[in-house]
Amino acid sequence: MSATARGPRAAAPGAPLRGALATGARLGLARRLVIGLPYFWLLLFFLVPFLIVLKISLSTTALRLPPYEPLVTWAADGVMQVKLHWSNFGFVLGDELYRTALLNSIEIAGVSTLICLLIGYPMAYGIARAPSAWRNVLFLLVALPFFTSFLLRVYAWIGLLGRNGPVNDLLLALGLVDQPLQLLQTDFAVYVGMVYSYLPFMVLPLYAAIEKLDLTLLEAAADLGARPVKTFFTVTLPLTKEGIFAGCLLVFIPAVGEFVIPALLGGPDTLMIGRVVWDEFFSNRDWPIASAIAILMLVLLLGFVVLLQRLQSREGRA
Amino acid sequence: MRKLSPLVLAMLVLGFAFLYLPILAMIVYSFNASRLVTVWDAANSPTLKWYGELFANDQILEAARLSFEIAALTATGAVVLGTLAAFALVRYGAFGGRALFTGLTTAPMVLPEVITGLSLLLLFVALESMIGWPAGRGQLTTTIAHVTFTAAYVVVVVQSRLATMDRSLEEAAMDLGARPWKVFFVVTLPIIAPAIASGWLLAFILSWDDVVIASFVSGPGSTTLPMLIFSKVRLGVSPDINALATILVLIVSTVVVGLGLLLYRRERQRQREVRAAVAADSR
Repeated sequence: MSATARGPRAAAPGAPLRGALATGARLGLARRLVIGLPYFWLLLFFLVPFLIVLKISLSTTALRLPPYEPLVTWAADGVMQVKLHWSNFGFVLGDELYRTALLNSIEIAGVSTLICLLIGYPMAYGIARAPSAWRNVLFLLVALPFFTSFLLRVYAWIGLLGRNGPVNDLLLALGLVDQPLQLLQTDFAVYVGMVYSYLPFMVLPLYAAIEKLDLTLLEAAADLGARPVKTFFTVTLPLTKEGIFAGCLLVFIPAVGEFVIPALLGGPDTLMIGRVVWDEFFSNRDWPIASAIAILMLVLLLGFVVLLQRLQSREGRA
Repeated sequence: MRKLSPLVLAMLVLGFAFLYLPILAMIVYSFNASRLVTVWDAANSPTLKWYGELFANDQILEAARLSFEIAALTATGAVVLGTLAAFALVRYGAFGGRALFTGLTTAPMVLPEVITGLSLLLLFVALESMIGWPAGRGQLTTTIAHVTFTAAYVVVVVQSRLATMDRSLEEAAMDLGARPWKVFFVVTLPIIAPAIASGWLLAFILSWDDVVIASFVSGPGSTTLPMLIFSKVRLGVSPDINALATILVLIVSTVVVGLGLLLYRRERQRQREVRAAVAADSR
């Protein structure tokens, strides 16, 4: 960090004039713009929207536009009345449907994350240990799906898993089944879609962690007589923990709130929380309940991130 | 280099097959004459008939045009906003509210799209009822929403380039009397240009692909291409979507691979030049 970065302006944001005079008026204006413009944008279009969601989650539906009651009303004598309806949260938590959706989302996202890890780790390991000429090509091949449409990649599975799709054809040809299986609109299809879509998110951080691994440590373990399996579990795995944490975070969080995959591949009984928010909002037009579910989902995800960070820092100290 | 164990090699092959076979199948089926998509009509296939239908479908073309416009505007806006934010984070050290600012620039990446979409729509509705802007929802609101969530990715890309760049060039320009603005445009910008280009592309593609956020914040008259695709494929496979998917996947892959190669070459060239300059210097 340069010395000018810690000018008086940084210490006293409330005294722009003095600061500007100290570091040169032109630079002061530039600095204010550079920080101020994105700050203002993110406050207005990211933070304020959250506060509105929070506000609406404490309101009740109404037959008006926008379809919720205002929190603050003014009585005739100029007295401000604030009505907070905490009941939305109680309703969501108490209701069987929402609870199932929440638990289902956690389960589907959790199992998908685990499967991604089990498939992704050997892949990342293979890429990191491949001959260097191959490594860049393989890396690009993992990164490419990031750029190709998520929606279209999920769509590809509708054809593959259909009644007369190639997966069923294969099962029939192998004689494993007598008649086509109902694969689409099942939880199985949702798992396939999840693992397929989020696998690159798991492989890339794992690859970064495994690539950094000091090979001499593995050789040392081998020289000391450790078998490959033992070396893997006592040296490789602990040293790449950071990549595992990052990968799990990158898969689990978006997977919990996923909407497109359960909507396209899941059945009517595949309840996931992202889909419930969508339906409450678009079909039932119940904005307060949709907002309350969104807030609960956010709290859950924040809790997960904090938990993972705690776990990681504890590992780091040990 | 150690040889890969057969087990790892097998996982690698299976993993990549899993990643690429579905896309490959989608491409193959786009040339299938049968309306049933996955039932191969050997007598009449391969055919380009679905591609022909695609280019005769005004609804799809109109949606593609709208999505392209939104994505181009979004990418440009996100690059401006994201570069400013990255600059603030890398160069301005501790400023008031830095912690919140850092949080605001990273949060949009990890937030479920459903929440981003819902919260932005509620903001637009509230703003409209308070100050009458934005009047209704459509292209403008979708672009604003996309800029907000894609700028975060630009920040990450540009930030890492800014943090690792050699500042002595800037200092030299400054010593020679260049004003800060000139230093930025003549020295800094060309150095971080590859990162800005990658950020632009990333923002463009994220916007071009988004279906969830757009569904929340766009209006009845402005259906983007992903929204149109989503509403069509909800009812099952459709052959013209396979054709469309093939075109999109091929374009995106070509651009990404091409740009990746270009940036890689440029970087290598630059490193060679630096090495040559250093060698010449020491002689």
